[in-house]
Amino acid sequence: MSDTIQETKTGEFSADVDLSCARAPVGLLAELTHRCPLQCPYCSNPVELERVNTELSTEDWKRVMREAGELGILQIHLSGGEPTARRDLEEIVEEAAKAGLYTNLITAGVLLKRERLEKLRDLGLDHVQLSIQDVDAENANRIASYKGGAEKKHEVTKWVRELDMPLTINAPIHRQNIDNLPAIIDYAVKVGAGRLEVAHIQYYAWALKNRAALMPTKEAFMKTAEIVNEAKERLKGILVIDFVVPDYYAKYPKPCMGGWGRGIINVTPSGKVLPCHAAESLPGLEFDNVRDRSLSDIWLKGQAFEKYRGTDWMKEPCKSCPRKEIDFGGCRCQAFALTGDAANTDPACSLSPMHEEWAQVATEESHTETPEFIFRRMGSTPANAG
Amino acid sequence: MSEPNTPSRLIVTGDSILKLPRHIKLRHDSGRGRWIILAPERVFEPDETSVEVLKLCDGERTVGAISAALAEQYQAPVDVITADVIDMLQDLADKGVLKS
Repeated sequence: MSDTIQETKTGEFSADVDLSCARAPVGLLAELTHRCPLQCPYCSNPVELERVNTELSTEDWKRVMREAGELGILQIHLSGGEPTARRDLEEIVEEAAKAGLYTNLITAGVLLKRERLEKLRDLGLDHVQLSIQDVDAENANRIASYKGGAEKKHEVTKWVRELDMPLTINAPIHRQNIDNLPAIIDYAVKVGAGRLEVAHIQYYAWALKNRAALMPTKEAFMKTAEIVNEAKERLKGILVIDFVVPDYYAKYPKPCMGGWGRGIINVTPSGKVLPCHAAESLPGLEFDNVRDRSLSDIWLKGQAFEKYRGTDWMKEPCKSCPRKEIDFGGCRCQAFALTGDAANTDPACSLSPMHEEWAQVATEESHTETPEFIFRRMGSTPANAG
Repeated sequence: MSEPNTPSRLIVTGDSILKLPRHIKLRHDSGRGRWIILAPERVFEPDETSVEVLKLCDGERTVGAISAALAEQYQAPVDVITADVIDMLQDLADKGVLKS
């Protein structure tokens, strides 16, 4: 034992330990299932959902947790779909906690029972992130297309507090709930959340189908920025607020995933390992599966991770841009969807030749009459509703 | 102490007795050779001094007592150290990392 300790202590840059660890992802997004009882029109899961019979087994997920711990991952985000739809969530949480991972449950809450939440806490669940669709229950239930959802979620906030667990409220913001932002902030404080995500919709996958029904005007967006800034100051030490902007109204693109293959790794319900949860929309990428290869091997050498890691793949204007290591050229999936080449600058960047035209779409759509939602119906026809 | 309906900002003074809530984890990240604080969707990387102070935030000692101990250890004026420690802890309290 003491020999081992000596060795690791002196191996500051030893090739077999630190090279992999220095590049290890800090977070793992574990999409335990694509099943979800809600039908949100801005669902961020891919348009093609993975079916229940392709999902990883309990043992597979437990192994992924152990491998994540060994790789040096610090936080695990248990997500979906709706992660509580998996009956073995307890076992996965227990294994994650044992592997030293900080465990975060990202849930819609509607399937939870108090006893189960308590059990999860006792097994080592560190944090609960609960989504809400609005504070107006009627509107919330309409958006999620789930009767009684808002009321159930409210009940969950009470259990989380009673069980002395930390709570984040995640509020996706769009033109059909944007006016309620001040009330959403008040709600987060009232239910004892320590953190609030005010997350403007990102227009990929299913959300792109509903862009015109979701896109706020630039003026409405600017107002939310003001409201959030004021609330952050007023609620210092009470509520931490994270603000995610719609990049249609931004000057620079966001550093998607903090840079490709740089800090975040994503495992799909069937075990595919992705650099970002939308990466399957890109052509020419090979996705390895945790059933065939270890997580660290995939992270370090997987073709999909190597493809856009760092800055060598860039073209102009990214290539000579002083911001290239700040925003990494934005989102590859958006660049591909709108320009046909994932190595182009994300049109969210004002330096993209497509930027003006693209930003104009948001202005136009946000000023049209709001169209009907295309809801994400689950089950029989997951891919054909649009 | 703080009820869900009456949350208030924790103001750090010399008399404060602080500790890390259960969901905040101060631990050594051996792979990267650094100390980290794990918090909801956040990882903080405290410097050496902050780590030392945080380890002393055990829910028993006052901030004043912690500062006095550090002042003696580093042979530095206690009022200077106390002010620095309070600043640092207030910043962390505002990030949700400490409770009284």
